[in-house]
Amino acid sequence: MRSFSLIDFVSLFTALRWTVALVVLALAFGAPLALGLAAGRISRFAGLRWAMAACIQVIQSVPLLGLLFFFYFGMPVFLGIQVPALVAVTVAYTLYTAAFLGEIWRGGLEAVKQAQWEAGACLGLSAWQQFRHIIAPQALRLSLPPTVGFLVQLIKGTSLASILGFVELARAGQVVSAATFQPLLTYALVAAIYFALCLPLTLWSRSLEARLDGSR
Amino acid sequence: MNFLPLWRYQNQLIDGAIVTLELTVISALAGLVIGIAGAVALKGRITTLRWLVRGYIELFRNTPSLIQIFIVFFVLPNFGLKLPAFEAAAVALSLYFGAYSVEIIRAGLDSIPRSQVEAGQCLGLSGWQVFRHIILPPALRNAYPAVTSQFVLLLLGTSLASQVAADELFHVAGFIESRTYRSFEVYAVICAVYFAMAMSFKALFAIIGMTAFRWPRRR
Repeated sequence: MRSFSLIDFVSLFTALRWTVALVVLALAFGAPLALGLAAGRISRFAGLRWAMAACIQVIQSVPLLGLLFFFYFGMPVFLGIQVPALVAVTVAYTLYTAAFLGEIWRGGLEAVKQAQWEAGACLGLSAWQQFRHIIAPQALRLSLPPTVGFLVQLIKGTSLASILGFVELARAGQVVSAATFQPLLTYALVAAIYFALCLPLTLWSRSLEARLDGSR
Repeated sequence: MNFLPLWRYQNQLIDGAIVTLELTVISALAGLVIGIAGAVALKGRITTLRWLVRGYIELFRNTPSLIQIFIVFFVLPNFGLKLPAFEAAAVALSLYFGAYSVEIIRAGLDSIPRSQVEAGQCLGLSGWQVFRHIILPPALRNAYPAVTSQFVLLLLGTSLASQVAADELFHVAGFIESRTYRSFEVYAVICAVYFAMAMSFKALFAIIGMTAFRWPRRR
């Protein structure tokens, strides 16, 4: 047992690297996939719509912790080879991000009125041009506040990687708390760091929402 | 892949699922009480109280649930309040669910246009009658989908209680894993059980929603 010192403080902040890394990885792989899911959900082909809806339902109905463990222990089973834990965790966070962002973006796309597509068609725009120039900008605007809101969920969600041994913020907190026997100070500090990361995003999301509402 | 060794642990799985359901329902009910009280306070005239509720909401919505459970379980004993794992998780999850419900219920109440309230007053209804007949039914209807989806997220979030060794479903998974060494199979089964529970609740809430609020069926 030793007292809480500057080193502990530094170790909490350096552990933030992993928190940030996991968020970046989840977004880098999850966002393109989410776009695909959203497109599939509004596609003309009923089969595709159903398949995408089923994927999203499954991922959204399983705990994130369950997803993490499923892929952590499952990747070697699926692939027949040992993969680094980071790969397994990235797959889990990617699917989690894709399912939630996919639904958010689908909501944004569907909120743009059907008549807008038709207006584009009347102007002789191709389907891609209608999407690119008419639908996407409006859908993006509508789905930006919930997208930022989801980012907060994702940042909080990276704390679960601690359970699989990633030394990110939550895990560093456990280590420091165990070493110093100062759970109050340590966890308050950890919570404060998460709070400092998430609050600006929450406030931004809320102001975006208010601005959007005012323009109607 | 071999699921057979898990077969004899079905009783533990059922017990774990029951504890998970208990934890979910207890936290949801306590959270709803907090949510209603908080929404009333937010609409109230006492500025200090409004600020306190705002602070509570922001604090609990912007920090991970896992850390909140750790704080209740590991920090409260320093103040002489030592809660067993289940109770600690229930307290933390209630506060977490409560923070989200305040906003949902407040938004539900806010969704009723002021003009409707005034219309009710013009008809000579009392404050309570206006609330009971004009504000409450559509407010409930508007808040219902958000509350139910938050409930399902709570159900999935109870898995975090395993990290302080509350013996709910996810903790049972760890126990079975340590006995059988079939890690992947155990977590595959656990995920399937959560999926089944979540889907059952979603279906149940949809049916309740359709009958209670006469929702039009989706096109």
